[in-house]
Amino acid sequence: MKAGIVSYGGYVPRYRILPKEIGAVWGVDGEAMGKGLNIRAKSVPGPDEDVITMSVEAARAALKKAPHLDPKDIGAIYVGSESHPYAVKPSATIVAEAIEAAPIMTAADYEFACKAGTAAMQSTMGLTLSDMYRYGLAIGADTSQGAPGDALEYSASAGAAAFVIGKDHLIASIDQTISYTTDTPDFWRREGQAYPSHGGRFTGEPAYFKHVVSCANLLFKRAGTRPEDYDFAVFHQPNGKFPVRVGKMLGFTDKQMDTGLLVREIGNTYSGAIMVGLCAILDIAKPGNRIFAVGYGSGAGSDGFDITVTGGLEEIDRKAGRTMRSMVEDVKFLDYATYAKYRRKIRMREG
Amino acid sequence: MAIPRFWREIPSRYNLVGSKCGNCGTLDFPPRLVCPRCGRRSMGKMERRKLAGRGTVVSYTIIHDAPKDFDMMKPYVLAIVEMEEGLRMTSQVIDVELGDIKIGMPVEVAFRKLGEEGEAGVIHYGYKFRPAR
Amino acid sequence: MREVSVIGVGETQFGELWDKSFRELGIEAGLRAIQDAEIAAENVDAIYVGNMSAGKFIDQEHVAALVADYAGLADQHLPTIRVEGGGACGAIAIQQAAMAIASGVHDIVVVGGAEKMTDVGDVEAARILSSTTDQEWESVFGATFAGLFAMMARRHMFEYGTTREQLAAVAVKNHKHGALNPVAQFQKEITVEMVLGAPRVAEPLGVFDCAPLSDGAAALVLCSRDKARKFTDTPIDLIGTGQASDFLAVHDRRELTTMDATVIAGKRAFHAARKTPNDVKVAEVHDNFTISEIMAIEDLRFVPKGKGGFATEDGETALNARVSVNTSGGLKARGYPVGATGVAQAVEIVRQLRGEAGKRQVTDAGLGLTHTLGGTGGTAVVHLFARGD
Ligand SMILES: [Zn+2]
Repeated sequence: MKAGIVSYGGYVPRYRILPKEIGAVWGVDGEAMGKGLNIRAKSVPGPDEDVITMSVEAARAALKKAPHLDPKDIGAIYVGSESHPYAVKPSATIVAEAIEAAPIMTAADYEFACKAGTAAMQSTMGLTLSDMYRYGLAIGADTSQGAPGDALEYSASAGAAAFVIGKDHLIASIDQTISYTTDTPDFWRREGQAYPSHGGRFTGEPAYFKHVVSCANLLFKRAGTRPEDYDFAVFHQPNGKFPVRVGKMLGFTDKQMDTGLLVREIGNTYSGAIMVGLCAILDIAKPGNRIFAVGYGSGAGSDGFDITVTGGLEEIDRKAGRTMRSMVEDVKFLDYATYAKYRRKIRMREG
Repeated sequence: MAIPRFWREIPSRYNLVGSKCGNCGTLDFPPRLVCPRCGRRSMGKMERRKLAGRGTVVSYTIIHDAPKDFDMMKPYVLAIVEMEEGLRMTSQVIDVELGDIKIGMPVEVAFRKLGEEGEAGVIHYGYKFRPAR
Repeated sequence: MREVSVIGVGETQFGELWDKSFRELGIEAGLRAIQDAEIAAENVDAIYVGNMSAGKFIDQEHVAALVADYAGLADQHLPTIRVEGGGACGAIAIQQAAMAIASGVHDIVVVGGAEKMTDVGDVEAARILSSTTDQEWESVFGATFAGLFAMMARRHMFEYGTTREQLAAVAVKNHKHGALNPVAQFQKEITVEMVLGAPRVAEPLGVFDCAPLSDGAAALVLCSRDKARKFTDTPIDLIGTGQASDFLAVHDRRELTTMDATVIAGKRAFHAARKTPNDVKVAEVHDNFTISEIMAIEDLRFVPKGKGGFATEDGETALNARVSVNTSGGLKARGYPVGATGVAQAVEIVRQLRGEAGKRQVTDAGLGLTHTLGGTGGTAVVHLFARGD
């Protein structure tokens, strides 16, 4: 028996900032920067949004699509993020209360840079397959911050996705999953630091590319598939450039990658990135479609998923709530000053 | 706000749990122990009931002078919303252009931060409204 | 039951009184009232104090005993009672004191109302004012005191076609009256353009649609009517009072554009006095916001529902028009030290009925009314005063 996706929901805040606007503040040609990263705009959370609110929105979107789903059947909630509002105090318990899954269940927060959400998917797969509980809720969400003026500031954005994982009522089966993990310090944030640090170009070849390619090749081998067997492919997308290049290296076409490549319009949603991409694919996929997904988290590791859409996708109400496309397209642009205020980059008087 | 004072209202703040009078069937939010319409006849008959989270704007204002806790949000839209169930409640309307808000606008519930006890303190979450989509 | 009359009134200057403390304000008003009544301190049987929130504004509770103490009455060990009821506390204190006299327990009672609001900053003061609203289901969600009245205004505009200009007309009229009142906080006239052009507070309300933060106090000496003539030739009789409550949260009320508490309190007062709204020549109503006065004159039946804005714009409530509303300048121009409000309104009406209102005197004022709100209308109190015959 296979585990897979029972329902899904994504969330992207409506605020955006343009690379040009960021560059203008720091004396950089932001437009060129954006082109280089293949990012047209990045999403910004509202002042009353954080990983918890976005996780709740995504989880509620998933439940709304599948009215047959009783939240009390969700036995575990794992929220993967590198920007949990609390250092100590789980985001997952708040999500659990907000979707009325609590109290007879387990919950925890995950952290693995940009792949904490896919790690949560794998955990819930294993635990549902072992019959520890019927459904698990895996969430990837981030309101990541780049240091002001840092290259990351052009990409670090906000978004969330939630997947209900189980064995029955599948809308897509996860036929294979595999991970590739090493100790590679390409990107990190020490306890108490407001902004992350990174190894510059070291984040590329030995980090992102090595892990994604290695994981993808392991997944092809285990699934006995080739790129042309898939209708959609989605990779972790720290910018719009890396996933396209890695996809080409593996033999995928633009057409396969286009739907899931939201980074171009909303930036890098970190733990949410590959998962919001998957949501966008599921919004338009048809039964029988196959999806190839490989995430990446700095530090470093990749999680790969070989997914087949089932007839169950037609059974849920995909029209309930907003589609990823409508959220991606519902935008309000901010100037840098307002963005800096919302992201609390302005030092305020205490008390 | 004291932590227990917020904590004990979590079901209503997160999930719009109100009450339904077992005598006249009317819903109230937040939950009441006595129905304002039935009085004594409702005692012991008030059941918890969750609202669907959809309503329309009855009136609104754009707040410019805000308490310190809401500094980040201002100017913000505050509205009285009549819920599908007939009762009314007050909260902010978010994700709306200030010029677009109007009486009669359909709204749906959203989950947002309501406030926090300073940078080191507990964060309070709950319902706000956004234009229905 | 014995009838009750006012035999003395007193008040302080209203405004930002940086050099005056809460206790000084309370005593100043009280002693003036006692002086005005020409009674001796030994004649006083009890002191009632209306105060909204000294605990928050100046960190001082137990203010009734404090005021008696600093009035030099500690040795008399008088019963002192502090009354709370949001902005209506002073008006409720009058009612409670009157009941104590009517019941025969006391003969002479001093009623004071006082608030010291400027010892805290503006933002903090606004927060304290909003503590009379529903903290759990309004304030937590970002509802401010002004915001809740703004939503009443928006709905009133929607239902009745009330305009921003009509709201502004309330402020313009009350500033005009305030300019004639030597104790008013603002003794300067303003224009509709100034009101409309002022910074927004909570749309559609701007700075000039809101009563100011003020320090001040007012006091009355109440006496059983049968003994009043011993002290004064011009007793003013309290001929009817009504108080009513309503849902605390605005959203729970039957309507946003009618304050049922005002309607009911008004009916009760008029019924007790066997008078009608048409008999009222002068009224002090609770204009903490411009919309409040418009709703008050409708709910008190001075004008039909929905016509409050039009009537104000047409001058029907100006000095010596059909009914002279807020001749003191109202909360808007005289000032709004919350706890003093109900008592200060009564002081103005007594002065009007005695014919001592100077440049703002209403001719032939025989019957006067005060209307005071607690919170956003969770409480309303109406008193009717008449010249003793
Ligand atoms: Zn009932």
